[in-house]
Amino acid sequence: MIYEVFRQERKGQAFAHAGSVEAPNEEFAEWYAREEFGRRGESVALWVVPREAVHEIDDFIDELERNYHRVDGYPLKEKLREARERAQARATK
Amino acid sequence: MSEPKPEQPSNSLLQGGSRADVLLPIADDELILGWRNSEWTGIAPFLEEDVAFSSIAQNEVGHARALYQLVAEELGTTADELAFDRKPEEYRCSPFVELRLVPDWAKTIARHCLYEDADERRIKELLESDDPEVAGLAAKIDREEAYHRIHSRMWFDRLQDVAQFQEALEELRPMVDQRGEHLSEFEQLWEEMTEVRRSVAGATW
Repeated sequence: MIYEVFRQERKGQAFAHAGSVEAPNEEFAEWYAREEFGRRGESVALWVVPREAVHEIDDFIDELERNYHRVDGYPLKEKLREARERAQARATK
Repeated sequence: MSEPKPEQPSNSLLQGGSRADVLLPIADDELILGWRNSEWTGIAPFLEEDVAFSSIAQNEVGHARALYQLVAEELGTTADELAFDRKPEEYRCSPFVELRLVPDWAKTIARHCLYEDADERRIKELLESDDPEVAGLAAKIDREEAYHRIHSRMWFDRLQDVAQFQEALEELRPMVDQRGEHLSEFEQLWEEMTEVRRSVAGATW
């Protein structure tokens, strides 16, 4: 069985994927997760999750290329440059 | 005259008085078993267990170090001198921990299970020591050993129906409390363990 391990570095922080361990059951998985991701004080908490329990989504359809859904859909660089120039022109008047 | 006190059981660890008498056999057991278990580093049955078992081995050596330190204070020496500068015949470990069991994983786990059980009883006795430093250290060690016991019990549950494991338990069980003559393979372990120390006398790290 493969178990995915998530670790929290400091209290209040989001859990991040740390890696995975192979173990015959949950008990062993917990032990191995502690050893590999917790014994050096690098985590304050762990989530140990059977890989099957993780619901993966990896298809993101964007047939119409609606780039306005994305941050790169709004190129601000040009607009910012123009705004700066206007502001500068006003200041030097 | 008052009645003579009934004798304590002779195997009681609290008998004997000096720290060296009480703690050296335990420290030697922990050091040698830690060394033997570390022989699995890199070749354990699978990666996760390699990390876990190596970590347990390191803990055992750490316990040995702490115990040596308590004895060293009493004897006016150092933990390193006690660990590495004695002659093979001066070590008081049990032949049980001297056995070289690589590459037999079933036997290694059988020893691990038997040792953790015996060690638990011994540490519980140390917790009752009149010497506050000894009792205090026993409490610290016990908190770490609790994890070793979880590990050994998980393996016990997993292998208990396997004939090879049952045979290993039967074979090793009579050795658990044995003391006395070292096994022939202890000499080689001692050579390896003390080699660096002997080759550069007085070196510090």
